[in-house]
Order: sequence, then structure tokens, then C-alpha cells
Amino acid sequence: MLFNPPHPAETKVLTRRFGLPNSESIDTYLANDGYKAFLKAREMSQEQIIEEVKLSSLRGRGGAGFPTGMKWSFVPRTSPKPKYIVVNADESEPGTCKDRVLMENDPHGLIEGVLIAALSIGAHRGWVYIRGEYRYLIDIMDRAIEEAYKHGYLGKNIRGTGFDFDFSTHTGAGAYECGEESALLESLEGKRGIPRIRPPFPAVSGAFQCPTILNNVETYYAVPPIILNGGKWYADLGVPKAGGTRMLCLSGHVNTPGVYEIPLGFPMMRAINELGGGMLNGNKLKAVVPGGSSCPLLRAEECDINMDYDSLAKVKSMLGSGGMVVLDETTDMVKFALRIMRFYQHESCGWCIPCREGTLWLKKLLTRLDAGVGSSSDISLVGELAKNMFGRTFCPLGDAAAMPTMSIIEKFRDEFEARLAGVTLPPELVSIA
Amino acid sequence: MTFSPQLEARLEKLLRSYPEGRQRAALIPMLMYAQDEAGYISKELAQEVARRCGVTTLQVDEVVGYYTMLRARPMGRTHLQICTNISCLLVGGDKLWEQACHKLGIGHNEVTPDGAISLEEVECIGACSWAPALQTNFDFHHKVTPEKLDQLIDALRKVN
Repeated sequence: MLFNPPHPAETKVLTRRFGLPNSESIDTYLANDGYKAFLKAREMSQEQIIEEVKLSSLRGRGGAGFPTGMKWSFVPRTSPKPKYIVVNADESEPGTCKDRVLMENDPHGLIEGVLIAALSIGAHRGWVYIRGEYRYLIDIMDRAIEEAYKHGYLGKNIRGTGFDFDFSTHTGAGAYECGEESALLESLEGKRGIPRIRPPFPAVSGAFQCPTILNNVETYYAVPPIILNGGKWYADLGVPKAGGTRMLCLSGHVNTPGVYEIPLGFPMMRAINELGGGMLNGNKLKAVVPGGSSCPLLRAEECDINMDYDSLAKVKSMLGSGGMVVLDETTDMVKFALRIMRFYQHESCGWCIPCREGTLWLKKLLTRLDAGVGSSSDISLVGELAKNMFGRTFCPLGDAAAMPTMSIIEKFRDEFEARLAGVTLPPELVSIA
Repeated sequence: MTFSPQLEARLEKLLRSYPEGRQRAALIPMLMYAQDEAGYISKELAQEVARRCGVTTLQVDEVVGYYTMLRARPMGRTHLQICTNISCLLVGGDKLWEQACHKLGIGHNEVTPDGAISLEEVECIGACSWAPALQTNFDFHHKVTPEKLDQLIDALRKVN
């Protein structure tokens, strides 16, 4: 089982069952408040469930941070079309590995969260879209779903409540773009993962053109505790406008990387020094990627902040998907910027031109700069290209590539300049010059 | 084209998992699971899956060309995938990649001449907090050191 020993600075809500013997089994789940929230929600009206989720100030944990209760309220519940629930388990934002830990240790927590979402809009079918690389998690989820059917928590007339719900896994096949909600829906329907034009949003026209709730894995996990203990209880765990706890995936140059559950508004430096056990080899902190590779980087001196949506927005970055990557003084920022751009260029779906061409040319420029080739104006060109790509693409992938790049050029330009000093053009680079 | 009874059962269940008339939805999972058994998406396999999902072979080719895990040609019996994305890069993932290339004498998406091992430099595999990481087929290996990688490749050469 993949999880860290509990740390005293954590607030265990989503991870409260981690470490119990057979935590993935339905028996352990039922013995620890399992499916109680579903039975409670069954006694509530659809409006009451959505109100409770709104009250919790839960925001989407996939990266965008949209208020979950509001998202659910957009579903036209009187529509004659069938309604669907889709779980985004296409976790692939570099730096992020939380959904994996949740599903591995507590698969029934996801099923229960999905069931409550289904109750809130009257949906009777759902899928969890799991990235192809996580095959062992598909097996774990398949086993949990089978157990839930056997115990009457899925299928027809669930536990005698008269509510029907069918749920199954759906594997992806290796495409970062499918983590974007509309591309995920295209992929679910058996097509290339290319984003859809919006509106209409998935709440109105999602899976198979029917009203759909689509949330990240972690978001669904927060729902049962919200229903059991009340939205206010959950909201009070965090900060105003951002309730509850979230999973922090700590990686990079720290002594004890891992996935920790922290309340919203947790101080970033405490995450590094306490959860992360301080900097690796006692080196100095240089920068932090606060929430996955698409977030603008923070310089060391900007890291004395609390981790919530508003505090990070103030320093022009984002809380993102919870993937916090810590960089020490030895990090080569030119190489780092290039690696990020190579990723986005590889994952660009090719549908819209600013992203397809922008990421390619940025990769070429950064490859040259990494080799010490170019002029100061090329460094500016990287920043300008990224700026021109930002906000001009069909889906957020273009922005995701632009944001870290603009921040690195702005904050670490001196490293690019230093790279150019005194290097001559190697022959293999002449062709792309 | 015939599949094993286990795969047949899985595919049959898969087709029942989507709304009536929406069997195209089973396309990508069906290709993934059939590829496990067949090794790669041959023309014959593409035609069979197209028939079962009620799509054209062109629609199958469209997705095979898009998704990196769907392969139109055979890879090694063990597919070694090394992550060099940011979290792994910071703790030596790029060096592991170079080491593997050097030791196996092959590069990105290439197969050893005996067909035993293929190599791929992959994007983030969701093992950031246990970096550097790699996958052999679907199995994760965490906190990989150069010594561990050396031993792993030696062991793979023996079993394949």
C-alpha cells in the first residue's frame, strides 16, 4: 500500500481510513462509517444535498478550483435526458500523485461520493475514467465495484432505497489532454481526446450529450464526510471561500516527499520544513511549483504564504492540482523550463494552432538556449511567444504551457543570460537555428 | 481473430457498460485490453475491434494514432518506461534514462534485437512523491537508483 506514515501536522479526513487492515475492502469500509453518508443523503432532497455541498465551500480539486456545489446546481434536473456522473481519474499533471493514493487505499470512498452526486441530480449511470498507466488501480476499482454490487450498494434498488445506480471503470490510453473535461468526454465516447467548444458545459451537455457531473477523484472523496458531518463542519476546516482539507503531493528536493492531507490555508514553508522534513542535503530553497507543472513558479522569497486559492492568486500563481515541487539552489532553471515545454509540446492535441505551433517553437527555442545558443532577444522571444499563446487556445493546455514559462523567464532570466555567455554553436544545432 | 475466454468475458461486459447505441465508447478500452493479449494493434485486430464496436477501421486508426499507449507495431516483451518529467528530473530521472539507453543499446521507442525489452521515455506517470520512478509494462518501480536499474535490466534479460 502506497501512503506515508501519518504526520502530526496533517488533518485526516479523506485519508482517515488509510492504514487500517484491508482498508480497500468493503468490510473495513462499512465498519468505519462506510456508506452511512449515502443512506443519510437518500433521506435528503436533491436541493438539500447541493445546499450542503455549497455550504462546505468545497472547490474542485483537479486544478481549476471551481465551486463544486455550484457546478452541481447547473445540471438541469428536470431535463428528460438521462443524467450521468463521470469521475476524472486521468491524473497526469506533472507533480501530482494523489488520486492514485486515494483509490489504492480507499476505493469505496470514491463509489460513495459518486452515489451522493448521483442522488443530487437523479443520475443512474456513471464511469470513472482512469489513466491507462494506472492499470493496477483499474483492477482495484473493478474489485471494489464488484464488492459494492454484491453487497447491494450498486445496481438496482440500492439497499432497499429504491435508487438504481450502475458504475464502471473506463481506461484511458495515454494522453494528458484527456484530463481536460471536454476532451475526457470525447475520449469516453471512443474518439480522439480533443476539447469541445463550450458552452454548452458538461452540466448541460456532457457524456453522450446528456447532463453530466464531472469532477476530480479527490472532490468526490470530500462529499461523504460533508454529508455526514455537515457542510459547515467541513468549511471550518479550511479558510473562508475554500473549505476543508486537500491532498498535497510533495516532491523534489525535500527529505521526506509524500502525499499529505492538509487543511486549506496551510503555510507553504511548514509544508517544506515539517511535512517535507526540510531541504534535501541542507541546500537552499530556490523555487516552488505550487500545484503541478502548469502553475507559475514562486521564488524562495515568495514562499512565505498560506496555501489557499486567494493567497496564491495574490502572487499570480495557483493552487492547481496539489502537486508541489520543491527546487533547491542546484536546479538548472533553463533545463527545467525546457523539460516543462517538452512535456506540453508532446501532449498538445494539435487541434488549435496557437498551442500546437506555440509549444513546438517554444521547445525549439528553449532547446537552443539550453545549449547556450542564441541571443538575449531569444530569451525575450520565449517570454513573448508564451504571452501570445496565453488565453488564445481552445482549452487550458496552452495556458498551462505558457504560465510556468512566463514566470521562469521573468524570475530567472539571469540564468538564461549566463547560459549564453561564451558558448559557440555546436554543429547539430545549426539545422534548427 | 480469436481471443482468450477471459478477454472475451471482459469485452462482453465492457460493451454492456455504455448506453444503448453508444458502443463506440468501448473502443479505447477494448483496444487497450486486446493489445495486452495481442502485443500491438495489428490491421487484423483493428478490423475485429471496429466490427465489435460498430465503427470503421479508419475510426480505429484515428484513436491508435492519437493515444501513446496504443501501438501499431510490436514492442518488447517487457516495455520499460522511464519518467524524466520534472519531479523525476530533479532527483536523477534523466540520468536513469541515459543509463538505460546506454546499457540496452537502444533509444526512445526502440526494441532490443531479441525482442525482449523496449524502452520509452515517458511523461509523468503519477509517482512524483516516490521519484525517480519507472514502469515495466504496468508495474511501478519507485525511488529507483542506478544500482536498482542495473539489477532490474539484468533480471529482465534473464526472464525474457
